[in-house]
Amino acid sequence: MKFLRNIFDNAHAKLNKSEKTKKLFPLVDSVDTLMFTPNHTTTGGAHIRDGIDLKRTMMFVILALIPCLLFGMYNVGLQHDLANSTVEWSGVDQFLYGLMKVLPFIVVSYAAGLGVEFIFAIKNGHAVQEGYLVSGMLIPLIMPIDTPLWMVAVSVVFAVVIGKEVFGGTGMNILNVALTARAFLFFAHPTSMSGNNVWISGFKELKGSGNLVDGVSGATPLGDLASFTQDQPAYSSLNEFIDKGHSFVEAMWGLYPGSIGESSVFPIMLGAIFLLITGIASWRVMTSFFVGGLVMALIMNQFAGENAYMQLPAIHQLMYGGFLFGMVFMITDPVTAAQTSKGKYFYGFLAGFLGILIRVVNPAYPEGIMLAILIANVFAPLIDHMVISTNIKRRLKRVKTA
Amino acid sequence: MSKSIKIRKGLDIRIKGDAERSSTEVPLSSTYAIKPTDFHGLIPKLLKRVGDPVKAGTIIFQDKYREDIKYVSPVSGKIQEVKRGAKRKILEVIIEADKEISYEAGNPVDVASLDRETAKEALLASGLWPFIKMRPIDVVANYTDTPKSIFISGFDSSPLAPDYDYLLYTRDKEFQAGIDVLNKLTDGNVNLQLRAKGGTDAAFTQAKKVVANKVSGPHPSGNVGPQIHQIDPINKGEVVWTVNAQDVAIIGRCLLTGRYDASKLVALTGSEATNRKYYKVIIGANASDVLNGNCNTDNVRYISGNVLTGSQIESDGYIGFYDSQLTVVPEGNEHKFFLTKGWLEPGFKKLSNNSAYPSKIFGPKKFDVDTNLNGEERAFVVTGEYEKVFPFDIYPVHLIKSVMVNDIDSMEKLGIYEVAPEDFALCEFVCTSKINSQEIVREGLDVIHKECM
Repeated sequence: MKFLRNIFDNAHAKLNKSEKTKKLFPLVDSVDTLMFTPNHTTTGGAHIRDGIDLKRTMMFVILALIPCLLFGMYNVGLQHDLANSTVEWSGVDQFLYGLMKVLPFIVVSYAAGLGVEFIFAIKNGHAVQEGYLVSGMLIPLIMPIDTPLWMVAVSVVFAVVIGKEVFGGTGMNILNVALTARAFLFFAHPTSMSGNNVWISGFKELKGSGNLVDGVSGATPLGDLASFTQDQPAYSSLNEFIDKGHSFVEAMWGLYPGSIGESSVFPIMLGAIFLLITGIASWRVMTSFFVGGLVMALIMNQFAGENAYMQLPAIHQLMYGGFLFGMVFMITDPVTAAQTSKGKYFYGFLAGFLGILIRVVNPAYPEGIMLAILIANVFAPLIDHMVISTNIKRRLKRVKTA
Repeated sequence: MSKSIKIRKGLDIRIKGDAERSSTEVPLSSTYAIKPTDFHGLIPKLLKRVGDPVKAGTIIFQDKYREDIKYVSPVSGKIQEVKRGAKRKILEVIIEADKEISYEAGNPVDVASLDRETAKEALLASGLWPFIKMRPIDVVANYTDTPKSIFISGFDSSPLAPDYDYLLYTRDKEFQAGIDVLNKLTDGNVNLQLRAKGGTDAAFTQAKKVVANKVSGPHPSGNVGPQIHQIDPINKGEVVWTVNAQDVAIIGRCLLTGRYDASKLVALTGSEATNRKYYKVIIGANASDVLNGNCNTDNVRYISGNVLTGSQIESDGYIGFYDSQLTVVPEGNEHKFFLTKGWLEPGFKKLSNNSAYPSKIFGPKKFDVDTNLNGEERAFVVTGEYEKVFPFDIYPVHLIKSVMVNDIDSMEKLGIYEVAPEDFALCEFVCTSKINSQEIVREGLDVIHKECM
């Protein structure tokens, strides 16, 4: 440790020698504070402080994402194997294929995002803040695997600059950074973000070369469900859809095409349990989001009629798409969520409720969770304002009753 | 009507180094100091010069803007030095003490015969007034106000806090006399809050002319802030006064004897102190009298008061006017490698209120702590953590933010009149973003004091 410490101390000493290199201080300092908790002591106020800091909080979210990441890598390989008539892989091969495909996403996401953060840190003369550590891991997990890497980079830069830095950096943003990146891609490059051709790695090439296994459409379950509302549904009835590989249990396993990290329920639940036990994520937001989605899905069931999409049982509906991933990792972002305890219930409920509504009713978007969470982000300050107003009124009332 | 209140939100910080219940008398030290900085917002007007002889009870300075509030010498001797800081601000008036204390001549006061005006005069003239503080603002009380009630907390729940039962043991009469005179000052109640469970000294249980309320729950249940909030909340325009329990006894004793006898018990606490017990000193005593030979001196921090709200002093600094506690804790000025001792350590022994550290459940009964910040200052990110330790019907983070943007209207609405910096001490402790919230609340109160009162 002493050896490492000396390296940093020397680097700081060298940087401090001239005015020009002093500007680079945040660069070295960021790596230093990552390796060592700094020797800052309390000045003024409480003389002892809690052991928690933002780095640990953020790192725990990343740890919670690891099951999703590993599963995502495996599923990418599996889906490619299933679609490719020329290969016959073992589970390990599938995972390695996925690893090689997903790793570049992560590298690009962190390189682009942290690059922007470093530029702003140097420009504003503050340390690099930890917010992007989590966003940088979330963004690859909510992308379709066939998204070109340059698009990932562009959307990351957009999200960090417009979504976060213009508002003042970590802790100041209004919209969830990871979802801003996804929304940007969704509207700027819709053909790379939706449809049936982007969810399986190398799908277009396979189609072109004729190596595609017969009957593989490349569609996500939500894509198939959405086709019920169009002229040529992928399945003749909801029962056929469920019988052919979309039972409730299969929906839970999530071995179907989808964004990299979102399809399987089990790794998401592992992450959820970890976040709830460590108290990093708000259980209020999570449960109310789930309840919101469930209520809307039940309402849909009531008014389903002939619409097969709306007939899908409520719980089954919630297993698909980004609903659970959004519930655990997106809606719980404390910066963009409502901040008051009561407000968190309304906030989560609103997002879950709207998410299923947009997903089922609007045929243009087979997935509505992203948009619903972004809408809820915008409403969060309003929700807080109403909660706080009631608190202010309650305390004003004391004067009259006393 | 006495009430029984239950504080649900809060946190008992269990750290090593509490004091045992025995006491030693400390011989008279060579120097004492009265520090204007102990009285927030005070601008002193010196009435004595360096070299002037003083007796115990002689007025040394008075409040420049509230001239009736006098500050007196705790001992007899002569003024040795007036220590000044930036802009010639007076930091300490140091008094070289005589071998034996001689007191300003005074007569015992018959408390029962006083009315409000004469009671005020007696307290002001004898230098006892500064013991009385007011809420809102948390400064020395205005003698022109009539508070709607007066609050005395009968216990201290802060970390390693001195045991008030021990501080007031056998001081029933002095305590009662103090209460009697406080009763003259208000039309409302004198509220005395006692712990719901556990022994309480006769001084508290036998006290008359008070409304005794029972309080249970974790820290800050012993702070007057949450007690006032539950029992008799402050609205805009209202004033409540507060006095420390030990100071009530000092007021009582000085009135009964007619001389300014400011001796009190101070607990020596903290993991780096060795002879941890109670020491009988006189207000303004030099800390070295208590500390010498009784603590580790290598890389430690000396705090007058407790670890949450106390002020840092030098090893030969002076004990604060209101403090009944000296704490010595290790400084944390070392780099900590992230996996072994730093931010990503397993954390079975690190003190934290956050479940991200397993110590919350599996930790030791008492923790070792140092003064490391355990991180760097950041913008607010995590929500809901202040609320867990803040037993007010107030949104603490929003209040702090309103102070940060200096929005007086919002501060008033969000409840700044009900809080004092010490009420935010736990918020500051648990803060992930390491924001100095006590300092911010103090700034807010200063703005309110200047603009609205």
